[in-house]
Amino acid sequence: MDFREAVALALEMLAANRIRTSLTVLGVVIGVAAIILLVALGEGATAYITRELTGLGTNLLIITPGKTQTSGGFHPPVASTVRKLTYDDAVALRRRATLLSDAVPIVLGTGKIRSQGISRHTSVIGVTPEFQRVRNLFVEIGQFVSDEDVEGRRRVVVLGRTVKRELFGEENPLGQFVTVADSRYRVIGIMERKGVSLGFDIDDLVFIPVKSAQDLFDTDRLFEILASVRSPDDIDRAIQQVKDLLIRRHGNREDFTVVSQGAMLSAFTTILKTLTAALAGIAGISLLVGGIGIMNIMLVSVRERTREIGIRKAVGARRRDILGQFMLESVVLSMLGGILGIALGVGGAEGLSLFFAYLPTRISLWSVIMAFGFSVAVGVFFGVYPARRAAHLDPIQALRYE
Amino acid sequence: MIAFEEVWRSYPMGPSRVDAVRGITFTVASGDFVAISGPSGSGKSTLMNILGCLDRPSAGRYLLEGVEVAFLDDNALAALRNRRIGFVFQTFNLLPRMTALRNVELPMIYGGLHREARRRQALEALAAVGLAGRIGHRPSELSGGEQQRVAIARALVNRPAIILADEPTGNLDSKAGEEILEIFHHLVDGGATVVMVTHNPRIAERARRVIQLEDGRIVSDIRR
Repeated sequence: MDFREAVALALEMLAANRIRTSLTVLGVVIGVAAIILLVALGEGATAYITRELTGLGTNLLIITPGKTQTSGGFHPPVASTVRKLTYDDAVALRRRATLLSDAVPIVLGTGKIRSQGISRHTSVIGVTPEFQRVRNLFVEIGQFVSDEDVEGRRRVVVLGRTVKRELFGEENPLGQFVTVADSRYRVIGIMERKGVSLGFDIDDLVFIPVKSAQDLFDTDRLFEILASVRSPDDIDRAIQQVKDLLIRRHGNREDFTVVSQGAMLSAFTTILKTLTAALAGIAGISLLVGGIGIMNIMLVSVRERTREIGIRKAVGARRRDILGQFMLESVVLSMLGGILGIALGVGGAEGLSLFFAYLPTRISLWSVIMAFGFSVAVGVFFGVYPARRAAHLDPIQALRYE
Repeated sequence: MIAFEEVWRSYPMGPSRVDAVRGITFTVASGDFVAISGPSGSGKSTLMNILGCLDRPSAGRYLLEGVEVAFLDDNALAALRNRRIGFVFQTFNLLPRMTALRNVELPMIYGGLHREARRRQALEALAAVGLAGRIGHRPSELSGGEQQRVAIARALVNRPAIILADEPTGNLDSKAGEEILEIFHHLVDGGATVVMVTHNPRIAERARRVIQLEDGRIVSDIRR
């Protein structure tokens, strides 16, 4: 019997029990679709996070006070070693760290911002002019914070889009005064619209000069220093340079942490990859359950067709002919499930990101190939036992079977 | 062509054993029409299974065209069944989902014949049993006699050394049974060898030679 005939025969046998075949195939379909869909969700989330993080500025270093370990994930900061980072630290980095193009001191606080009786709680960020370049976040109307604003501790503010809309509506706020935590600030600019990134509304912020922010929040500490490295090849060396410089300034103590955007990214993607693998694994278990369904139905089929097996053996079928026939049937079952599962998984993933914009999915070829390969393997694995049972039936007993 | 020499077949039955066939010796010449007859429990089914290479003797020798069957492995036995033996069963044993033509093609599928050759030979065999007009019918669409004729076509399609028929008329009315016996005579006239097992003496009498079994032994061997 040539292969095409054998496949045709297997399909014919499966078509003879349509409901049974469909239900068995469904088990595999669900498993395969689940693998593809869950991997697509995981990969989509990874791609989304990568895009958002690199969109915030590339070659970024984040220097935070306190020593924390960052390799392999997040740890709480070791509280006892926290020492402050200062504005002068940032200036020193900008002047003397040759591998950096910028170093921006950041002060972060929250405050009530008020204008004409309307008020809003929002995040207040103290920055220097380089912030725009480093963070890839630019002013759209008016001006951003200037060096003179910083050195002069001027009370000027740049509004994020959301804050502007909430406080001023369609009105032009430039030159108007707003109250930020009981101090009057003059509006000098409005940021471009950025929208929500990683669940955080970038437009719901206001920017003021960093020294003004230190005055406002009555602190000489920085929340962090953002630095950008001139060349992506120099990131590791730049981290070392920053460390050397700051350790010297801090009396030979490494009481700060330098993390590259890349390290944060890989921390995120490591988590997501683990999560994706775990989800794919769970989906794989459902595929395994589908395989047990195949075995079950093939065992029933072998029993029902005992007489057929006897007839085939009587007219000269060898064991391997019978084995091949039943193996082929279970593999055709599982392959059918694989193909339909791919269709359902791919369609489901596309549909998800189409109807739910916040669920980005990315179908990866390897997950499709893996799911299909796995489904075929399941067919082979769970087909062997029933097929061997069929092949080893005694023809005399089989012919007599009612 | 067929030679049984002191063939025994025993089955373990608990601590003891049952001897279904006890030292049978006989030969069947090519072109003969032999009936093996006897009451149930006389060992004819066991003998039939050994003759058909579905079973091996426990002791003694079975030579099919000079080949000692006891020494063959399962694959070789399957090949022997495929090429040298044609079975006709009491209950026809056709595959229900397949047409008459495909049922007749079945042995040739395992014989590795090409599609065209298979089809041609199957059509010839079906014509030889007078079913040229029914090739597209499934067993459920055929009468008992027609089904048995399909089974005969399947048995003779590989031009076997021997056609083994196990109660071939047992499930048929007397008219259809008569037709089957006539087909056998016709085949024997054409040079085929037929061995037919039956408990019915009137059917057995229609063969050229009747071997009578009782308790696993030959009690008479009459040629008419």
